[in-house]
Amino acid sequence: MLSDSAKEKLAELKGKYPTKEASILPALHVVFEDCGYLSVDQMDEAADIIGVSRLDINETATFYTLFPKEKVGKYLIQVCDNLSCSLMGADSLVEYLQEKLDIKVGETTPDGLFTLWTVECLGSCGTAPMMQVNDRYYERLTRAKVDELIEKWRNTK
Amino acid sequence: MAEKILFKYIDYPDQHKIDVYMKNGGYTALSKALKEFKPEELVEMVKKTNLRGRGGAGFPAGVKWSFLPKGINKPTYLIINADESEPGTFKDRQLMEYDPHQMIEGTIITSYAINCHTAFVYIRGEFTYCAEQTEKAINEAREKGFIGKNILGSGFDLDIHIFRGGGAYICGEETSLMESIEGWRAMSRQKPPFPAVEGLWGCPTIINNVETISNIPHIVNNGADWFASIGTEKSTGTKIYCLSGHINRPGNYELEMGVTLRELIYEYGGGIIDDKPLKAVIPGGSSVPILKADEIDINMDFESLAEKGSMLGSAGVIVMHDGACMVAALQKLTKFYEHESCGKCSPCREGTNWMDKILKRMLNGEGKPEDVDLLFDVAKNIMGNTVCPLGDAAAMPVMSFIEKFRDEFENLCNGGKPKGTIKFPFR
Ligand SMILES: Cc1cc2nc3c(=O)[nH]c(=O)nc-3n(C[C@H](O)[C@H](O)[C@H](O)COP(=O)(O)O)c2cc1C
Ligand code: SF4
Ligand code: FES
Repeated sequence: MLSDSAKEKLAELKGKYPTKEASILPALHVVFEDCGYLSVDQMDEAADIIGVSRLDINETATFYTLFPKEKVGKYLIQVCDNLSCSLMGADSLVEYLQEKLDIKVGETTPDGLFTLWTVECLGSCGTAPMMQVNDRYYERLTRAKVDELIEKWRNTK
Repeated sequence: MAEKILFKYIDYPDQHKIDVYMKNGGYTALSKALKEFKPEELVEMVKKTNLRGRGGAGFPAGVKWSFLPKGINKPTYLIINADESEPGTFKDRQLMEYDPHQMIEGTIITSYAINCHTAFVYIRGEFTYCAEQTEKAINEAREKGFIGKNILGSGFDLDIHIFRGGGAYICGEETSLMESIEGWRAMSRQKPPFPAVEGLWGCPTIINNVETISNIPHIVNNGADWFASIGTEKSTGTKIYCLSGHINRPGNYELEMGVTLRELIYEYGGGIIDDKPLKAVIPGGSSVPILKADEIDINMDFESLAEKGSMLGSAGVIVMHDGACMVAALQKLTKFYEHESCGKCSPCREGTNWMDKILKRMLNGEGKPEDVDLLFDVAKNIMGNTVCPLGDAAAMPVMSFIEKFRDEFENLCNGGKPKGTIKFPFR
């Protein structure tokens, strides 16, 4: 179920663009912000509010990798492992996170707190290595910095 | 070095706020443009500067604007391309996070010049903070009457929408971007028709990069001749070069077009980390052909790089020292294109997959001697045979890495150990 504020935001998208379908991608952002991922039920609900077909919203959603299609941890850790970050040690950062969280890339910790992904270049190559956690960037990472961050998140469950 | 233009106030405290932006001369160009110029005169002015697109292809902005059909009964749209996803590129994000009004002022002036009343800023989905900064700035500009109805009493109306992407590199390609705004899976369209004739919802549409558009207020303030006098004869103005990789001072550097790659690396970038020998440089974002260490006495402008068989692209300069294994480095790029191919045409969809497979096989020590030629062949067959330029973008690095570092590929395929000391596991 979508929250009331999400439903309101979706309703506001109506009539904003020349076609109804143009509000599909903005609607996906609203659902993602509300739920942290996109489920078929939530997308159906959104489709009905903005007045597009359920099939269309689903088809579009599956094209975009920004939105997880299944529930992820409270902190979605996405480490860039494209070239510039790799040159600066992205891979050992990934290894360190795997050890520290005791999960492999693609997995979620049993307490549901952390999910670890590797992703493509995030447009932050000058401050490599870096990662995105939920919607924020953490740059020029070192093991000490990672320790500090993970500690902080563990304590603010 | 000429003065900085786009980054002049990038470090100025609170430059993202409209009052500070205006104190530093912001929005004077807008009122000048609306009061002193007819739209066609602005198009002519930008044509005269020879300002070339900063998004990768380098097409002259004024010429593109003049392709818009005249006297038709359809709206014209302007889209600012802030999808910034080319590996090695991170300039537009900085421009928008720290000085968003510069881009917005450019957007308003451009809209006036091309008779557009609805503009979109298409921002890469991951750039949340950037989108927040831009949205705040658009709201501030609206409150001051720079966006909306009858702007500054000129009778000109404009609305600007922020549109956020969904994490797909292909959405930076202009036809995919339009599919994305229209709400569909972002698969590239065949060209022609070109967007200027038939773009968003079938209407004439101009798409320009953030950096391109950020130049417009300065051109209006200082004139076409001023702009044309900066840089080289054919590559005018400044360029924001993004330095990353094995470099002591990575970051964005706004410099006059034509600065040499050597100066960029050793003077501005402070040289190679740990004083190691330079091995290779990708000069224009991941898609462009690589240069060897002995090719860096080259001017960083559109023509000079093209002459040497590479490209300025998005000016994402990725520097590698001798610890980097070229095969592993290439695989990092190839898996990217494999992941980002929209899947519409088979040379790209299948070819990127095959290239990635062959590279992984080589790195696993399972490469066969004939694999080097096979890999090159797959790339060559993608080149020029796809709907959109992503196919070429995937093929060019492969062909150039093999041409310039063939020994490393052959070595691996003949049972040798990878060169380089950097850990490079691959997925
Ligand atoms: C696969 C692909 C990705 C692209 N990504 C971007 C991008 O992220 N930002 C951008 O401005 N241009 C990008 N471009 C270039 C655009 O298609 C287009 O040429 C450009 O936005 C036009 O603006 P300009 O003339 O001001 O450079 C990309 C092109 C291709 C083929
Ligand atoms: S070249 Fe690749 S990205 Fe472009 S249309 Fe073909 S499959 Fe899609
Ligand atoms: S390569 Fe990691 S942010 Fe660009």
